[in-house]
Amino acid sequence: MIALATLLILPIFGALAVVAVPGQAARVAAAVAVLSGGALAVLIMAVAKGGSVQILPGGWGAPLGIALEADGLAVAFMAMTVAVTAAAIALAARTPAIGTPFWALVMLTWSALNVIYVSRDLFNMYVGLELLTLAAVALVATGGTSALAPALRYLFFALTGSLLYLAGVALIYAAHGVLDMAHLAEAPLQATDGVALALMTAGLLVKTAVFPFHAWLPPAHAAAPPPASALLSALVPKASFVILMRLWFDAVPDAATRSLLLTLAILGALAVAHGGVLALRQDRLKQIVAYSTVAQIGYLMLVFPLAGGGGAAQPWAAGAWSGAIFHALAHGLAKAAMFLCAGIWIMAAGSDRLDDLRGLARALPMTAMAFGVAAVTLMGLPPSGGFTAKYLMMTSAFASGQVVLAIVLLAGGLLAAGYLYRPMEALFARVVPDHRPVSRLLQAVPLLLALLAFAMGLFSDAVYAFLQTGRPGAAEGGL
Amino acid sequence: MTPFAVTGALLVALGLYGLIAGRALLRRIIAFNVMGSGVFLMLGALGWHEGRADPVPQALIITGIVVALSGSALAVGLVVALARATGRQHLRDDVG
Repeated sequence: MIALATLLILPIFGALAVVAVPGQAARVAAAVAVLSGGALAVLIMAVAKGGSVQILPGGWGAPLGIALEADGLAVAFMAMTVAVTAAAIALAARTPAIGTPFWALVMLTWSALNVIYVSRDLFNMYVGLELLTLAAVALVATGGTSALAPALRYLFFALTGSLLYLAGVALIYAAHGVLDMAHLAEAPLQATDGVALALMTAGLLVKTAVFPFHAWLPPAHAAAPPPASALLSALVPKASFVILMRLWFDAVPDAATRSLLLTLAILGALAVAHGGVLALRQDRLKQIVAYSTVAQIGYLMLVFPLAGGGGAAQPWAAGAWSGAIFHALAHGLAKAAMFLCAGIWIMAAGSDRLDDLRGLARALPMTAMAFGVAAVTLMGLPPSGGFTAKYLMMTSAFASGQVVLAIVLLAGGLLAAGYLYRPMEALFARVVPDHRPVSRLLQAVPLLLALLAFAMGLFSDAVYAFLQTGRPGAAEGGL
Repeated sequence: MTPFAVTGALLVALGLYGLIAGRALLRRIIAFNVMGSGVFLMLGALGWHEGRADPVPQALIITGIVVALSGSALAVGLVVALARATGRQHLRDDVG
């Protein structure tokens, strides 16, 4: 399928082209974004009509070759990635401090994300994760001298995570002799699988910045330039989350034990509480938004307990699975919009301290509106995409009798309302701000992203139906 | 092949400890490489069946070495940049 191959290859060629002609970096990136958008439209039509699209590189199928498969989940994440990256590129083209390395790294990050979304091979996923880590850490480091320490901290966490994951992959291969997920799903479980899966899950939790492995995320995301933070917060943790979902739902659904589900439930709940409370205590907008990511990642972990528990047939599991993906997508769009808003305010006011943002809503109303709409999604208020996500997850929490998890979801929404109220209060303060003007076209960029997150709720039935293409059986049968 | 696999597992444990507990940045990069070598040794030892080497783990090891080298190179580059900019060879523990 040419559209899928185009989406995978274009960003890599874009990264090489930027190195060749650094003067035209922004134009190359814009061209890659436009062409990817076209290829994505073709791919969406193909998947909606004919189901998952597969590529067998070299004509070799699994287990000898590496199969790439674009199902509903993969294409939805690719679409979110195109939207977020295009928006970040648009803002970066007008940000003065952005240099050539940024453009090449954005496109490397992008290609790594696409590879991870369509991979079904455990080792191919490892290579994708490593490419993503190296590009993402370097993106943080483009933030200048003050970003070096956060970038290093991020790198050490990420390298530890990937080696833990790789050690698990080694044990899986030793026990089963396959790395392809479909083949793994058919193989009977072995005695060493418990250790292997624990190592892989721990590694992926580090990469996803799940509590208590989140310490690297807020400093790294706050230190990077705003267009880079948008990518880092909206997309990068989602890649390892997609692998985690595919691992437990596609590859080894029968291996999930009660203690695993309980552990992930506790870590998720603690992440929601810890991230939310720390976000309340920050004085810089980018820090608030970064701690909010820690909290929002906590929700994603709740998919595992929500899809588990109970007997054999679990009608609520499908709701939990779709709800978590809805949440990952809506959060990605809304969070990117918020970081881009922060970028615009830094252009206008020179800083992202809440005190310096006072009254900016009057000067830049479109950006304030974008932040507000994105906040509605993060809080999970109707009719945004965040609401659909929470609705699906809450329904399955009640249906599966796990009321505690519903309370976590509600409390997280209240905390989000709390930490997002403080920047809003500053923005709408009745003072006349001292600021530089920002063009309306640029202000429209985060607004479009925030409206997309909102539209996910309005057209949730279409998105929901699309996500079901190629849904794993365990999303219905439960873990 | 068990001695090799056990040695690999020990190297992973040693490296992981150094990576988490170490303070000097260069020492942590070396610990990362020790842990990586442990994983590769495990992969190689586990890919030995009845006197014949399985080629798949060997391909994985080669790819893994390339990836680990790139990671180390980036880490060393960042450490050098940090030392030039601030004179520090540690990460301060003030962020949590």
